[in-house]
Order: sequence, then C-alpha cells, then structure tokens
Amino acid sequence: MKPSRLNACGEWVLDRFPLASLWKDHMTHYYAPKNFNFWYFFGSLALLVLVNQFITGILLTMNYKPDAKLAFDSVEYIMRDVSWGWLVRYMHSTGASAFFIVVYLHMFRGIMYGSFKQPRELIWIFGMLIFVALMAEAFMGYLLPWGQMSYWGAQVIISLFSAIPVIGDDLSLWLRGDYVVSDATLNRFFAFHVIAVPLVLVMLVFMHIVALHEVGSNNPDGIDIKKLKDKDGIPLDGIPFHPYYSVKDIAGVGVFLIFFATIIFYMPEMGGYFLEHANFIPADPMKTPEHIAPLWYFTPFYAILRAIPDKFAGVIGMGGAIVVLFLLPWLDRNPVRSIRYRGGIYKKALALFVISFIALGYLGTQPATPVMTNIARVFTAIYFGFFLLMPIYTRWEKTKPVPERVTMDLTLEEQFPAICEVFEEITEAASAPDDDGHQHAFRSVFFSRRPNPEGMRNVATRLAKKLKKSLD
Amino acid sequence: MNNEGVDQSKRQFLTTALTVVGAVGTGYLAVPFLSQMQPSVKAMAASAPVDVDLSKMETGQLLRVAWRGKPVWILNRTPEVLKTLTTLDSQLADPKSLESIQPENSKNAMRSIKPEIFVAVGLCTHLGCSPTFRPEVSPPDLGDKWQGGFFCPCHGSWFDLAGRVYSGVPAPTNLEIPPHRYVTDTLLIVGEPAEGESA
Repeated sequence: MKPSRLNACGEWVLDRFPLASLWKDHMTHYYAPKNFNFWYFFGSLALLVLVNQFITGILLTMNYKPDAKLAFDSVEYIMRDVSWGWLVRYMHSTGASAFFIVVYLHMFRGIMYGSFKQPRELIWIFGMLIFVALMAEAFMGYLLPWGQMSYWGAQVIISLFSAIPVIGDDLSLWLRGDYVVSDATLNRFFAFHVIAVPLVLVMLVFMHIVALHEVGSNNPDGIDIKKLKDKDGIPLDGIPFHPYYSVKDIAGVGVFLIFFATIIFYMPEMGGYFLEHANFIPADPMKTPEHIAPLWYFTPFYAILRAIPDKFAGVIGMGGAIVVLFLLPWLDRNPVRSIRYRGGIYKKALALFVISFIALGYLGTQPATPVMTNIARVFTAIYFGFFLLMPIYTRWEKTKPVPERVTMDLTLEEQFPAICEVFEEITEAASAPDDDGHQHAFRSVFFSRRPNPEGMRNVATRLAKKLKKSLD
Repeated sequence: MNNEGVDQSKRQFLTTALTVVGAVGTGYLAVPFLSQMQPSVKAMAASAPVDVDLSKMETGQLLRVAWRGKPVWILNRTPEVLKTLTTLDSQLADPKSLESIQPENSKNAMRSIKPEIFVAVGLCTHLGCSPTFRPEVSPPDLGDKWQGGFFCPCHGSWFDLAGRVYSGVPAPTNLEIPPHRYVTDTLLIVGEPAEGESA
C-alpha cells in the first residue's frame, strides 16, 4: 500500500520530534495503579481549571484596563457591554475558587494516602510551590477589579511584609511602588498576575508531573506497585494511564462541569464567598469597609494571623502555617503510607486537623470578637500541634500489616445486594393494600414499606461501631 | 567527552572566572530592574501639604482629608473626652507615645498641638486598615470597657481618642500623627512641619 500524503507528513514530523515516544511514555505506557478511587480525580481537574483560567484570563485582558481610574468601570463594562463578557468573567472568578477547592482536596488526598513520603518528597515540594504561586496569583488577581475589598485586602496583605524587622517598611514600599496602594500597585499586580506568576505556575506544573512520572503514582493502599512486575516488566497492579485513567478522568470532568456550570449560571457570587459584596463598591482609600475578610480560600490562614495578639508573631504564625506543610515529608516518621493501614492515633490526629482547618476557615470569615478570637487560638494550636507533634506521635502508632497487592473497592453493582439488605432492615412491610391493582413494580416495593425504628437503630449502632473500629 | 590531554586546572579556572563575571553582571543588571519597582519620582512628588479650614468645625466632629493618598483625621474633642483620656493610661500599651511616630509639637499628653484638635493618620499601625470612629461610651458590640475611640474592624485593635493603642490588641504602636501646623487659629496645614522642625 502506498503511504498517503498525511502519513508522509506525520512521518516527517516524527523523524524530527519525539511525539510518539512522549505519548507512549506519559500516556499509553505510563502504568498507574489500578485501584485509584474518587480522590484521584483532583489532579487532572486542577489542570482543567488551570486551562480555564488561561483562556478566560486572556479574553478578560482584551477589555480590562489596569489603571486605577478605569479598572472598576472596565470590569463593569465587561459585565454589561462586552458580548458574553459576564460569562467569561464568571468563569474566571468561579474558576479561582474552584482551583482552590480541587487543590485543597488534592492536597488532602496526598496527606491521607501518604503520597508525600519517600520517594515522592519532591513531588510534594513542587506541589506546595504551586500552592504558594496559586495564592500569589489569586491575591494579585483580586486587586484588579479595584473594589473596596480589592483595595483593603491588598493594603492588609502588603502591610504583612512591613512586620518583618529592619527591612519590612522598605520592602512593603518596594512592593507597592507608592506610599499607599495606588495606581502603581495595580499596574504591577496586573503584570505579575498575567505574565510572571502564570509562567512560574506552568513551569512548576511541568516539574510536578515530570517528578511524578519518574517515580510513579502512589495509590489508596500506599503500596509500591513497581515491586511486582510481570515478565514484560509491567507492574502487575498497573494499568496504562491511557485509555483507562484518561477515560475515568473525563467522567470526573463531566461531574465537575455540572457543579461548575451551576455556580456560574445560578450563583456566581456564591453568597459573597466567591465574589464579596463590598467589592461591588469602587475602591475608597479613605474608608475601610465595616467588615473585611479575605476570600474563603485564605480564611484559615487569616484566622491564624488574627488569633496571635502580636504583629510580627502573627505574620510568622501565618507564614509558618504554610511552611510546616512543606516539611511534612520529614515530620511524618511512619513508613506506612496509606491511612488504611495506619494507627488510630494518626487517624484521630488527621480528623482533628481537618476539623481545625475548616473551623479556622469559618472563623476567618467572621468579625474578630474576643470569643471568636479565643476559639481561633484553640484551633490554631491544634493546627500546629498536628504537624509539630507528628515526629512524636507517628512513632507510637500501631500500624496494620500492609498487603502485597493493591485491594479493589467494591463496585456499585457488587454493593447493591448489601444496600438492598440495609433498606429492608430499616423498613418494614406496610399493611396498606395495593390501591388499584396496577403493576408498578418499583412503586410497590419502594412505597409499600414503612420506616422501621428498631431496624434503623440497629443499623446506626452498627455504623457507629464500624466507625469506632476504623479509628483504632 | 574526551578529557585526554586537557589541562584540568586551566579549564576549572576558566569556568570559575566565567561564573564570577556572569554573577557580577547579573548583579549589576538587577539594580535597575529592582529599582524600577521603587516609587517613581512622580509618586514621591505627589505628597504636597493639604490646607484644612477648621472655622466651621463643631465640637465632637470628625473631618477626613486625603494626604499622600492616606486618610487623615481631624477630630474636635469635647471637654468630657479630654477628661476621660487622662484616666486610661493603665490600659494602654504606650501611654506616653515613646514608641510611636509623631512630630515634636504633638508629643504630649493629648498628642496634639491644641488639646481639643486631634490630627492623625487614619490607618491602623497593625496592617493598615482605616479604623472606624466610635465616640460613644460602652456600645453593646464593644462592651462596657469601651470609653470612645477608634476601632479597627479588620483585626479588632482598640485606640482611644488620642490615637493611643490599648494593650493586648494586634496593633503595636499608637496611630501616627502627621507633621502639621496652624497658619492661623482656624487654618491647619497637614504635611508641613512646624517652623524649626524637620519632617
């Protein structure tokens, strides 16, 4: 058969660029553990949101004016007069919050399954750098609409740097480029937000993935799948990333987009959490809004800042809350990776950490009353306790034996009989006669049963016992 | 790479020399690049003094003016307020204003040139929010201890009506007082030091 023109073109490229081997190494012959679960969606979703931010961001710069006199109006212009401008802007603003949601879940996955442990310390470090770059990107992007929250948020965060002894005041002056947050600040934040930080982000994402593909993915069992290989050198518990996980991730993308689109179209401000109400008032350097709070993704760290009654120590506490995350691979002394085989003390510590992180996040959105500040102090202590006491309590842990091969979760189909059994236990057949004799199979099974308090109690007790056992 | 017949020490010297020259060059280039982000000449020049006419000011009234882009407050304090201010020392972090920024002519008990007219930069010394003016005594949200003052909504710092910070709050020092002087009895210039004083 004579090769077609198209094939010839393809050959020409492949002789000059290793496209085929790149595709092979990172997609069709990258073997990922076969037991990935729900928690493994968030890495690819983060990539999707990054692409969303790039595309919508580029479109927004076409109509946005980085000038203190024009910025606020240009955003309103995008919202009202630019064709589909509202959609692009809401995709960008919702994307920022979505980014932090998926990244926080992605990080929690890493902590839960020990993905930061040897040999994946560098993946974790690159990931943390991405997180820091993302915070800088979000913070600088939030100044651009030049609303009241933009202005005073930037004022507060830049003032954080002035708490550093000796160089602090000069440093914050250098960052602002003026004695107060002004046009100069807005213009440079625009430059950082659209050029400098995105470039850094892309490079870090690249290194994150290169490092991941060098050592291979972790999994919910925390087992090294490269230990057991077949005669061709393929891990026994590995499956090719493409098509298996590319298809799985597309299903995840579908579910994610349902939520994402719902927020964009029905609740783009998310009750003031994604776009704050005070930011619909143009920046006024003379007056701080009654209650200022950062966007929800910064509030845990903001609550820590407020909980410490000293300017410099507060800034150290806030920075320290992020620095301890970098140190995680060296704080956790337990060689067992996955939470499934770790001791009860670690499970309880992690549960306390999650509770304190969420509580701090809530407290950071609330005004700083004395009671709230004291509660925030308790949770700040738990937050740091989780990390700083880790070298001690991870040594006491009684871990469970780790299996040789990965374990598979039951599929929905396999779980169905058990679900039916529980349903039958918590309900009892009602004596109500079939009303009109029609054959409604589903109706007759589902609606002819009444709740059974006795059975419900039994099921609840069993669940509680199971929960207690899983925490030991 | 074939290293046969290579003078290793010469190669090492050349590598080191190139690295050092490159680092020095980068260092020199960093100066204009980093200085670019300093406030421009225009920004530094835009700090002209502001005239404030006090003739129409009533007792208890607060005026806000902009100076160098910052809010500056001018408060006309009532005799009751001045009396209260003398009783607060034990609750304050820096009652004598030793750690705080103010021109010489305002370094006194009332932190002002004239006892009743108080001038201050309206930015919290913690993280730069503008505190809210709360002259009332013991309002429900701030509690019985509140004697009237400035409350920072961002991080809960308390200041009295002389801009002095209470102890146990995040702000480290008293509110800054800008250089200012009176041209006539009712005309105030903010941003210009009194005669014989440097800004």
